[in-house]
Amino acid sequence: MSQSLRAPLLFAFVAVLFILEGTTSAWIFSGSWNTSLGILNMALISAIMALGVNLQWGYAGLFNVGIMGFVALGGLATVLVSLPPTPGTWTAGGGPRIVLALLLGAATVVAAVLIQSRLPKGRVRALGTLTILVGGFFLYRWAFDGGVSVVEAINPANAGNIGGLNPGGVDGFRDWGVITLLAWPLGGVLAAGAAWVIGKTALGLRSDYLAIATLGIAEIIISVMKNEDWLARGVKNVIGLPRPVPYEIDLQNSASFVERAASFGLDATTASTIYVKLAYMVLFTVVLLVLLWLAERALKSPWGRMMRAIRDNETAAEAMGKDVTARHLQIFILGSAICGIAGAMMTTLDSQLTPGAYQPLRFTFLIWVMVIIGGSGNNLGSILGAFLIWWLWVQVEPMGLWLSQVLTSGLAEDNWFRVAMADSAAHMRLFTMGIALLLVLRFSPRGLIPEK
Amino acid sequence: MDFLNGLVTLANFVLIPATSYGAQLALGALGVTLIYGILRFSNFAHGDTMAFGTTITILLTWWFQSMGISFGVLPTALLALPFGIAATGLLLVGTDRVVYRFYRRKKAAPVILVIVSVGVMFIMNGIVRFIIGVSDQNFADGERFIISARDFKDMTGLAEGLALRTTQVLTVVVAVIVVAVLFWFLNKTRTGKSMRAFSDNEDLALLSGINPERVVMVTWLIVAGLATVAGVLYGLDKSFKPFTYFQLLLPIFASAVVGGLGNPLGAIAGGFVVAFSEVTVTYAWKKVLTYWLPDSLAPDGLVQLMSTDYKFAVSFAILIIVLLFKPTGLFKGQSV
Amino acid sequence: MTEPFLIGDMMTGGYGRGPDILHECTISVNPGEIAVIVGPNGAGKSTAMKAIFGMLNVRSGSVRLAGEDITALSPQDRVIRGMGFVPQVRNIFPSMTVEENLEMGAFIRRDDIRETMEQVYHLFPILKDKRRQAAGELSGGQRQQVAVGRALMTKPKLLMLDEPTAGVSPIVMDELFDRIIEVSRTGIPILMVEQNARQALEIADRGYVLVQGRNAHTGTGKELLNDPEVRRSFLGG
Repeated sequence: MSQSLRAPLLFAFVAVLFILEGTTSAWIFSGSWNTSLGILNMALISAIMALGVNLQWGYAGLFNVGIMGFVALGGLATVLVSLPPTPGTWTAGGGPRIVLALLLGAATVVAAVLIQSRLPKGRVRALGTLTILVGGFFLYRWAFDGGVSVVEAINPANAGNIGGLNPGGVDGFRDWGVITLLAWPLGGVLAAGAAWVIGKTALGLRSDYLAIATLGIAEIIISVMKNEDWLARGVKNVIGLPRPVPYEIDLQNSASFVERAASFGLDATTASTIYVKLAYMVLFTVVLLVLLWLAERALKSPWGRMMRAIRDNETAAEAMGKDVTARHLQIFILGSAICGIAGAMMTTLDSQLTPGAYQPLRFTFLIWVMVIIGGSGNNLGSILGAFLIWWLWVQVEPMGLWLSQVLTSGLAEDNWFRVAMADSAAHMRLFTMGIALLLVLRFSPRGLIPEK
Repeated sequence: MDFLNGLVTLANFVLIPATSYGAQLALGALGVTLIYGILRFSNFAHGDTMAFGTTITILLTWWFQSMGISFGVLPTALLALPFGIAATGLLLVGTDRVVYRFYRRKKAAPVILVIVSVGVMFIMNGIVRFIIGVSDQNFADGERFIISARDFKDMTGLAEGLALRTTQVLTVVVAVIVVAVLFWFLNKTRTGKSMRAFSDNEDLALLSGINPERVVMVTWLIVAGLATVAGVLYGLDKSFKPFTYFQLLLPIFASAVVGGLGNPLGAIAGGFVVAFSEVTVTYAWKKVLTYWLPDSLAPDGLVQLMSTDYKFAVSFAILIIVLLFKPTGLFKGQSV
Repeated sequence: MTEPFLIGDMMTGGYGRGPDILHECTISVNPGEIAVIVGPNGAGKSTAMKAIFGMLNVRSGSVRLAGEDITALSPQDRVIRGMGFVPQVRNIFPSMTVEENLEMGAFIRRDDIRETMEQVYHLFPILKDKRRQAAGELSGGQRQQVAVGRALMTKPKLLMLDEPTAGVSPIVMDELFDRIIEVSRTGIPILMVEQNARQALEIADRGYVLVQGRNAHTGTGKELLNDPEVRRSFLGG
């Protein structure tokens, strides 16, 4: 198969998988367009994450295993933008006090850094830094605890959080769903901020250290989101976020929509769910295409060539006067920001934020499998990997169930082996992903669509 | 009296738990640091290796229990432990043959090996789920306490109790024995010295006639022992849940980096630094301070620096501080 | 003429699949002798030594040790045949003690190594004082002694040194040369590559001047030192 045909054929193969999912209920397929589009929308979001990871790994050789954290920050942005401010947050002295606390915290860190960099090394500097850090911490906790207790006391059953920026207010915020789109870039900004902190510390050291540091920041972001109830209700979850596309129920109540659906031979319920999914699909595809275009432009620009030169030979690039660490920081922030955007989009699609649902195997390592299998260094490859692996991730369970049924078809319904096989089908996913990753790394390390 | 009561409280809630947790982290970090020293990559599958070893040990423990075999006051799991280690050793050596050796021969970059270890992590995680599922498993038996809080109060007449669990003492005793044997092995035996030589200067070790494949195999076997012991002790002390073991990666990596990657002594020190920081920062000091301070200064709040949910943040903060100020770790690690 | 103890005969070759660096280069040494390879930067001095030690592809020509053709053997196998090699850099185990370094040098031996260790301590008394210290903490000159001592632990029939005096002070260099002469007096043939051509040729029984991977001048150390052309082009007059 020639190189030029390879990518279109692989994409066509993936397209067939999705079409089969929508049209036939044979084998593992469901025969439902609703399901097919559901898988596709998540695949599009995964493709954006894979683009971000490919930027870091494929262009620059950076190993980031904190993708989950950046994705979660994007989700947080969606909540902070799309919810209306909780009444009382900003009047009863809760919100302002939290803001004050965060400013105090930031000021403490800045002061400590200034002392470290301005004063000569010695006892004065060490004592000064310690005093500022300890004093700053207690000031921060004093302001913060007070603010938090006020905010969390407001209607704790339904709110207890600061809410967001939605101008529609508690009664009308659903009409302002379009504001959610603003959360997408903001999610990127939040992720970029976290990436800057991590990159500043861990880049320029051994590659393993970046991996360990990103693994840590992701866990911490998730524990902040689980425990800071004032921020986004923690494990109490935020549900019913407004969204930029129409609600199914509104469509079903619209006479003109029902009429249009009937003209296609569809009942109103099915048509409305498919319509909503298609609307999301269009939005996501636009974002994906824009990011892909930007990423391709960047790759072909002098900047992209320099990045790859650095990746291929860091020492030589450094000898030519390139500031390797600064370039790495740049691309690390950009890639993480893209993951943040994707995270915000995902929370928009779900209309809810459930911090407990963020699992590193699903949101970090699975994305890695997508990039490696698709072809690191090749944007199209990463996108293909995302489609294919996400499809596989969803379908491995039915496939495993099917396989176990075939293997044990001769046995009685309650045979222990048959029961055990059926149970273990649920655990097939991780195992399959690991095998797929190792096989590709070993026998086709450049992936399905290799870098040009 | 107040002072003693405060001290007992401190021992009960900080010193004893942190010591046993520190010993568990140290054993885990020793495994990570050995792999780093010999095979030169950070093994992301280490948490799941611990989970695998523990899983096998748990299965055998249940089997022994069902056959009526017990270890008296000690947990039956100790009897099953050697078999768990053997199974893990087989798995690791097999994994090396099938997976890692190929990249070693190719002299692949460390980051590739890290990614490969991520693939291995997925598979091991899958195997553990196949075998034992994802839920919490409790397999501790035998005598629960050496001293219970009530006995201690009766004995001493103090208001505060001090509970000393069997698993805590067992953790420390086993860890001391394991570490002593490991250091004797590394410093006194021919094979142990050849491992250190290999870790120090691979090319020169090859020139000196040291067989790299043998060094690597012995390393995996030792790592299997360390990981299984660490996993079983942690599981006895707390409980076994596969996902918790994956999450242990972070404090374990933090311990190894803090001590200096590749330095066994550092891994032990790092384990205790991380454990003690985690416990002291997340402990509510109100009770201890109420005993120790005059009444006028007694604190109103819990005096808890951070909620226990942020224990990972503590390992992470330590990690960042070390990376910022001393990237080679407290003890000299191998490289930046 | 009888066959020398060690000879790299008409060696042509380079690293991996790269271009040839050596061209029909011949180097040999006999028991009791010190042979020195000198030449300008990039002349292929270290490469010639590595070719003899089996660390690069010899495409034509051969390497023979005591009459046996060892061209196809790996460096490890050559160590077993009795070749001791001291690399230019990274030639010790820094975190291990001096004594452990020596033990590791004798790793392939299964017999009693204590006597050899005493001999090494006799040659390098300072190492005996520091034997419990980590080798990485020693000074540059002492580290080179550890490196040479480590290579001697296999009781080699031949010792090869790649720029043993690189990066040490002139006083330490003189001391190191004295030690090397002492080792040579025990009967072990020594082949070394040296940057400090004049001092090295002074102690050399046999000298090779390489230029662009070819033998340019060959002779005893004294002959080369007195050769006007060698003096003009390499020794600065």
